[in-house]
Amino acid sequence: MERRTFLKVSAAAGGALLIPVFGEAIAEEQLLNPMAVAFKKSLADAAMNAATKAGASYCDVRIGRYLNQFITTRDLNVENIVNTESSGVGVRVIAGGAYGFVATNVMTLDAVADAARQAVAIAKANARLQTEPVQLAPVKGVGEVAWATPFTRDWRSVPVKEKADMLIAANKAGMDSGASFMQSMLFQVNQQKYFASTDGSYIDQDFHRLWAPFTATAVDKASGKFRTRDGLSSPVSMGYEFLEPKQAHKVRAAGGVTTLYNGSYDLIEDARAAGKQAKEKLTAKSVEPGKYDLVLSPEHLFLTIHESVGHATELDRVLGYEANYAGTSFATLDKWQSKNFQYGSKIVNFTADKNAPTSLGCVGYDDEGVPAKRWDIIKDGVLVNYQATRDQAHIIGEKESHGCSFADSWSSVQFQRMPNVSLKAGAKKLTPDELVKDVKKGIYILGRGSYSIDQQRYNFQFGGQLFYEIKDGKITQPLGDVAYQANTQEFWNACTAMCDERDWRMGGSFFDGKGQPSQVSAVSHGSATTRFNGINVINTARKIA
Amino acid sequence: MKLLNQEEAQRIAGKVMSLSKADECRVSISGSKRGNVRYARNSVSTAGQVQNTQLAVSVAFGKRQGTASVNEFDDKSLEKAVRRAEEVARLAPENPEFLPAIGKQDYKPSATYNPNASAFDPEYRAEVAFQSIDAARKKNLVAAGFFSDVTGFECIANSNGVFGYQELASLNFTVTARTEDGSGSGWVSRAAYDPKKFDARAASEVAIEKALRSVDAKALEPGRYAVILEPSASSDLLNYMFNAFDARAADEGRSFLAKKGGGNRVGDKLFDEQVNVWADPWDPDAPVLPWDQQSMLARARTDLIRNGKVASLEYNRYWAQKQGKAATASHGNIIMAGGSKSTEELIASTKKGILVTRTWYIRMVDPQSVLLTGLTRDGTFYVENGQIKYPVKNFRFNESPVALLNNIDELGKPMLIGEADSRFRMMVPAMKVREFNFTSKSDAV
Repeated sequence: MERRTFLKVSAAAGGALLIPVFGEAIAEEQLLNPMAVAFKKSLADAAMNAATKAGASYCDVRIGRYLNQFITTRDLNVENIVNTESSGVGVRVIAGGAYGFVATNVMTLDAVADAARQAVAIAKANARLQTEPVQLAPVKGVGEVAWATPFTRDWRSVPVKEKADMLIAANKAGMDSGASFMQSMLFQVNQQKYFASTDGSYIDQDFHRLWAPFTATAVDKASGKFRTRDGLSSPVSMGYEFLEPKQAHKVRAAGGVTTLYNGSYDLIEDARAAGKQAKEKLTAKSVEPGKYDLVLSPEHLFLTIHESVGHATELDRVLGYEANYAGTSFATLDKWQSKNFQYGSKIVNFTADKNAPTSLGCVGYDDEGVPAKRWDIIKDGVLVNYQATRDQAHIIGEKESHGCSFADSWSSVQFQRMPNVSLKAGAKKLTPDELVKDVKKGIYILGRGSYSIDQQRYNFQFGGQLFYEIKDGKITQPLGDVAYQANTQEFWNACTAMCDERDWRMGGSFFDGKGQPSQVSAVSHGSATTRFNGINVINTARKIA
Repeated sequence: MKLLNQEEAQRIAGKVMSLSKADECRVSISGSKRGNVRYARNSVSTAGQVQNTQLAVSVAFGKRQGTASVNEFDDKSLEKAVRRAEEVARLAPENPEFLPAIGKQDYKPSATYNPNASAFDPEYRAEVAFQSIDAARKKNLVAAGFFSDVTGFECIANSNGVFGYQELASLNFTVTARTEDGSGSGWVSRAAYDPKKFDARAASEVAIEKALRSVDAKALEPGRYAVILEPSASSDLLNYMFNAFDARAADEGRSFLAKKGGGNRVGDKLFDEQVNVWADPWDPDAPVLPWDQQSMLARARTDLIRNGKVASLEYNRYWAQKQGKAATASHGNIIMAGGSKSTEELIASTKKGILVTRTWYIRMVDPQSVLLTGLTRDGTFYVENGQIKYPVKNFRFNESPVALLNNIDELGKPMLIGEADSRFRMMVPAMKVREFNFTSKSDAV
């Protein structure tokens, strides 16, 4: 599930500003002080020794330092600049076959050893209620290793003024080209995560992520109508170089309706286009409801993939661990066991990949010390696997974990989270323009809009940012009030064509929520422009009093 | 560290303000002890407790503002936080919409804390999980639930003499009971300030009964139906709508409350005249802090909808000044008037309709009309001649709360809504509504 509260700031209807401020606000220059590895190792050893001595059969220690900088702007004003930091230690143990977890922000040898002993006590208490002991799939200790997100320009050393100026320039470009109002934001994240376990791993990782979303709003006061157009960029695991646009990274959308981006992002250019397009949306033709062939751009399709394939194949949901909140899944174990459950058409292939460069889910190791890997989830349309952690691998007959464990903070307990799940590009050479040529009655949809899916991932409804009518192989005009409704299995079985590797790129969710209490994670989904035949489109225009 | 009492909080806030060299200084301190227990597959999966106290100091030089926070309270740490906020303020660009700190306010206390909340501890939580799982097991059902509690305090102060301190405590509980084969599912939600008003087993029995009755649901064709929405089924829809009760968005033409040609729709009758909604920090059933944390303005009892007419919109201080209006504190709660009937009594007076327990994954489709989409979940039943006849498969809806509040037949007794995902504390009645727009079927159980 995409968490909506974090995005309230860009909702045209609301005045509220809700940013996931987490941790302490700190001065800009303090962002760059690292925590010494030797110090982290000594804390981890203290915790693991105390846990083992107290009777734990397993212990892992996560030492985290989480840095964020958020900049929010409205029209030509910088509304807020927030620097936050949060550091602490989370200790997870297994004792008597049950888990125990305790976290502390006091980073001394005594405090972490004490936390470890408390975790063992909790595990022993939980063990009395446990029906089946925890079974961890084996993982080989890797000794002392390090991994970091590759980047060329560290967002932490870019002056705040440069970033604020860029956002204001984007807002100005949007307003100059037709928007009545602009809101833009820059989310920057650095997670320094140290993991150690009694399996013999000491893993030091450094993650960097960015997202620069915006909303252009066009208002026609005379008719009382307003329309918005959000940015078309994706969040990435990269440095600030992502926001230094390169011509080679610009992608022409089918029919040249707009410019898309892959590799770096021209925020100002996209804002300029958004101002113009938001204004165009005020007079776009209202869609005639009915069946259409949909041509979905990767900037749109990622969210449909996220909701209908990513979440549906999470093993914890399948097993019922999320039944009370996020829900369960229609992709039940018997369907997987049958080896012939046709999730999609024969050309539909989904791969989970924790290694994809620049993707939000790219890591060296997960939060259980399992090396990042790649595996098939849907092959030739058939459901072949799920997403699992160490304690789930045995349930689906896997000898090792998929490496899908993640916690959003040192103070949160790790659990199964979605890896990047991506749709493979088509094998045959095909460009978006060529794809459109074969469509008689269709709609080309770009950008992420409204999204909703049921708790077992059957029935979904998606909107978008830009909609264009396709008639007899040609893009004719912009459309408005478009949303499509489908059933997951029917939708993926209606997939008839996809563009080739040249058109493949990723979109992503920066604040994907799951669990109680809710934790956020970031994940990407790649695809090429893809066609779906005969999908039900509804008209969303309504008149109210 | 332990939770601060009023004297301790006041001393620390005073110390921070005395350290500041800026034009003005605002301080907020909040402390909480949060506990939870989570279970699934009839077994506890996680249980935890987190205690934290945090101080945020915000200073301004002219229209440049900076904020820093700290969770250590010795003099040196406090001084560091103040200096840090001052550094950030000096580096920040001027905010043309910045307004100086407000003057002294009169905060009339509200009953956000109940002394019975001292009962919250790991044993209490384990007992909640046990009662709920045990009740489910006895009926061969599988329970997944989450109980969370919080006790704490909030304190605000500024260099113009504003000071407020108040304690709070509350609990939230939800459980889903499912049949072992996954063919039936029932859910319940409970919220309370006083643990004595919460009974985990009785609450779980509601979910259990719904799970048992929901097996072998029949599929009805989508379309417009009369519905009985339990309070938790409509609260999230209303929440979206009340987020738009903002004068600036309306005056700027970007909300459903914008008037054609300019201005807003205060005074217009947009809803059925049975609809009365207000905010009231002192409501005995849903009390909230008597101030708004951000502006520090004192909250007042305020009508939002009176006899179906839009009665007021929120004006933040900047927009109020610009429009020549009085600034309003952000509301903390939303109370919707109802009647005295229980949901069962509403069912008894229904000829034909659909009872909806819960709605799920609600998202804005079009803010112009507040068109929302989402699905029913965990207990959807066909009602005929005053009785539940059979369970029905879930539906997706595309409906606006504005239309919903125009189509009201009858209102039931208001209930306190759980706190997850909502900006407001809400009291919402069960509602019998005409012509609710179900647009497709869902196979999800």
